[in-house]
Amino acid sequence: MSDDLGKPDEFFSRIDHRPSATGWMDTPTEIRKGIYCYASNPKSVEYLGLPNARKWDPTAEDWGLPENWQEIIAEGFRDRLERFRSFKVFMDICVRCGACADKCHFFIGTGDPKNMPVVRAELLRSVYRNDFTTAGKVLGKLAGARPMTIEVLKEIWYYFFQCSECRRCSVFCPYGIDTAEITIMGRELLNLIGLNIDWIATPVANCYRTGNHLGIQPHAFKDMIDFFVEDIEELTGITVEPSFNQKGADILFITPSGDVFADPGTYTAMGYLLLFHYLKEKYGFSITWSTYASEGGNFGFFTSHETMKRLNAKMYAEAKRLGVKWILGGECGHMWRVIHQYMDTMNGPADFLEEPVSPITGTRFENAKSTKMVHIAEFLADLVHHDKLDLDVSRNDHLKVTYHDSCNPARGMGMLEEPRDVIKAVCNHFYEMPANTIREETFCCGSGSGLNAGENMELRLAGGLPRANAVKYVHEKHGVNMLACVCAIDRAALPPLMEYWVPEVDVTGLCELVANALIVPGEAERTTNLRGEPLSGTEDEDVE
Amino acid sequence: MAVIVLFLLSYAGVEAAGLQVLFGIVIPYLALVVFLVGVARRVMNWARSPVPFRIPTTCGQQKSLPWIKQSKIDNPSSKWGVVARMMLEILCFRSLFRNTRVGFDNEESKISYKWEIWLWLGALVFHWSFLSVLIRHLRFFLEPVPACLKFFESLDGFLQVGLPGIMLSGILLLAAALFLLTRRIILPHVRYISLAADYFPLFLIIGIAISGIAMRHFTKIDVVAAKQLAMGLATFHPVIPDGIGGVFFVHLFFVSVLMAYFPFSKLMHMGGVFLSPTRNLTADTRASRHINPWNYPVHVHTYEEYEDDFREKMIGAGLPVDKTITDESPQGEKE
Repeated sequence: MSDDLGKPDEFFSRIDHRPSATGWMDTPTEIRKGIYCYASNPKSVEYLGLPNARKWDPTAEDWGLPENWQEIIAEGFRDRLERFRSFKVFMDICVRCGACADKCHFFIGTGDPKNMPVVRAELLRSVYRNDFTTAGKVLGKLAGARPMTIEVLKEIWYYFFQCSECRRCSVFCPYGIDTAEITIMGRELLNLIGLNIDWIATPVANCYRTGNHLGIQPHAFKDMIDFFVEDIEELTGITVEPSFNQKGADILFITPSGDVFADPGTYTAMGYLLLFHYLKEKYGFSITWSTYASEGGNFGFFTSHETMKRLNAKMYAEAKRLGVKWILGGECGHMWRVIHQYMDTMNGPADFLEEPVSPITGTRFENAKSTKMVHIAEFLADLVHHDKLDLDVSRNDHLKVTYHDSCNPARGMGMLEEPRDVIKAVCNHFYEMPANTIREETFCCGSGSGLNAGENMELRLAGGLPRANAVKYVHEKHGVNMLACVCAIDRAALPPLMEYWVPEVDVTGLCELVANALIVPGEAERTTNLRGEPLSGTEDEDVE
Repeated sequence: MAVIVLFLLSYAGVEAAGLQVLFGIVIPYLALVVFLVGVARRVMNWARSPVPFRIPTTCGQQKSLPWIKQSKIDNPSSKWGVVARMMLEILCFRSLFRNTRVGFDNEESKISYKWEIWLWLGALVFHWSFLSVLIRHLRFFLEPVPACLKFFESLDGFLQVGLPGIMLSGILLLAAALFLLTRRIILPHVRYISLAADYFPLFLIIGIAISGIAMRHFTKIDVVAAKQLAMGLATFHPVIPDGIGGVFFVHLFFVSVLMAYFPFSKLMHMGGVFLSPTRNLTADTRASRHINPWNYPVHVHTYEEYEDDFREKMIGAGLPVDKTITDESPQGEKE
């Protein structure tokens, strides 16, 4: 895929930020290979009972839309304006100051002027003005209004699946206009007439049926974990015994299924297993995995508020069925925006759970007292603060680590210090990327919000460029060779990104770093990390 | 363009056609009514839509563990944090203050980010000087002029250049508006995103500032007569005194147009910023539950349905199940 994109420096110098000579309304949009994602599979759409399930092709002339699609969109638009103040206000108050323009990773990486957040929003706003405002109705194009035509629809579809809902632009907007919110609404409207992409639709259908995006059935889920158990035994001599769907466990653990499935997320999953085993041996910690709620991520969030709620419902339902005290959540990005800002509102109140308290340190997680779900980085930050983990930090000495703040934990939650505290507790060499590329100003991996498909690799490499460029900076300056993150999409998306832009840097989850440093009672001397790579200490002992 | 037409319309209307009453009384009143009713309706229309989810953009560390320092303003968990955040946003344009400019170095394949203060500075000067000018104009509508207003005016004119003295706010307003306009025209991306609706209010405000400054320093308006007209409007006993030149009516007409245009335009950002859900809510959603007034039940794939789908395989893999295969009763107890 990336072969025909040429060398990285060629890719880089090809990026042209000059806007077209014609205005954006007068510049037709061409749906280009490498940028767009394949259309939703009708089976997935049908399984969820969502509208207009049929086979369609984004590059074809005819999209197989219902005859009254304009009416459906207009009605859906009106309905959402009435239900969401955010949408209404954001449609009205933009002054087009341009502060957001060069904050978007997709604009920076593609140079396409319609990827400026302001224009992305204007694509929809122009229709809004035409249908719902006096000025637009009277003055038409002069007031920036245009009717919804098939060309406009296709343009909206194309660009609303080039936004990863990362919210970076909203940090800089003087009115807090959040393009993520606008994209969410836009995608809801598109879904009303069956215009989803398959990389979202099929995971959603899978998740609905099997409990996880990858469609792993319960027995297979257990098999995959058992496979990790064997690996851990081989590498450390420890036999971990995870429990599944166990009633009466203290805590339910939910993490993205991506980590069960593909490297390097699998090492993070092994990290969880080893960590939980350690806590159980040492402190009697009782935790269970669920095969029913075996997905932390929620691609429903990228489909519609309703679909998000349908998938998210499993978390509380399963916690209730199993009778646990509270829920611990694994490393994931958008999963945590859903949990932090939506779950309790949608599917709460979780009055059948207890206010989360760490059974090991006694710390009350006051910040999660209503939702009753704690992030594993918060949980770990508390453990390392109280010195509850036996660590051999030198095992991570071959790593020079930097940390990528995932968009949603950063800008939809504000979890900035917890993961850093944990990394610093388990690694001796930690370096921050430049200030404008981390924390609340962090850059997306380029593949968020369901855009981590294969067919849009050009878009992903472009969108991930600002992140990769910042990694390259610390790689060259400090010799950074490991990029840590707390997001399963990152763990899937950053490796190809690094391979293209900064091949010397690898990607890891937080819990992999922790588990590598963790001294587990009864373990054999560790000569390798969880990846089976020799540890620095055992490799060149004489240097030390 | 439109602004020139408006200029000609009002100037000719007064000078040639003698429509003083229309431009001095009728239109200002109408404009005021449109402004007040329009803004109120718009704000009420926004307020009518609920806020189903608490979705602040968090721009700093959350409140979590006691030893981790929370960013109380950028990630507020209390009402006071939100108030501080909103005050900073509205009075100091805090978010705009963060503005950066991206730089591309093709030789080194490097991307850089530079702090970009000019947009923030221009916007801040523009809005504050506009407010100062507005406050200063209250002297035309109040008799006697309150002492605080006189003091404010003396601050505004502290340069004491020329006679009548130059008012800093008027000059700054004009300069800032010209800066914002120039920026719109010169920067390719800003030009690309600009609509007619972005230029029109700028031209109008520039017109207002120029006509105002012209009256004060060049055409030398009869201030007493102007005040008489203003007081007449304010006390609902409108009069058209003699000796007010055409430029005054142009000035007043521009202001009227701006007022009437306000509720239908992007100028409503003045009200909207207060209602922006990414800024005006606490970010402690996990600690205190937010209520969605239209939260409706949805179809979910329940555990029972899931187990029905996979029971055999689950049992085969040694996973616990709620119902055994032979047990047909709905609430099977065997595991």
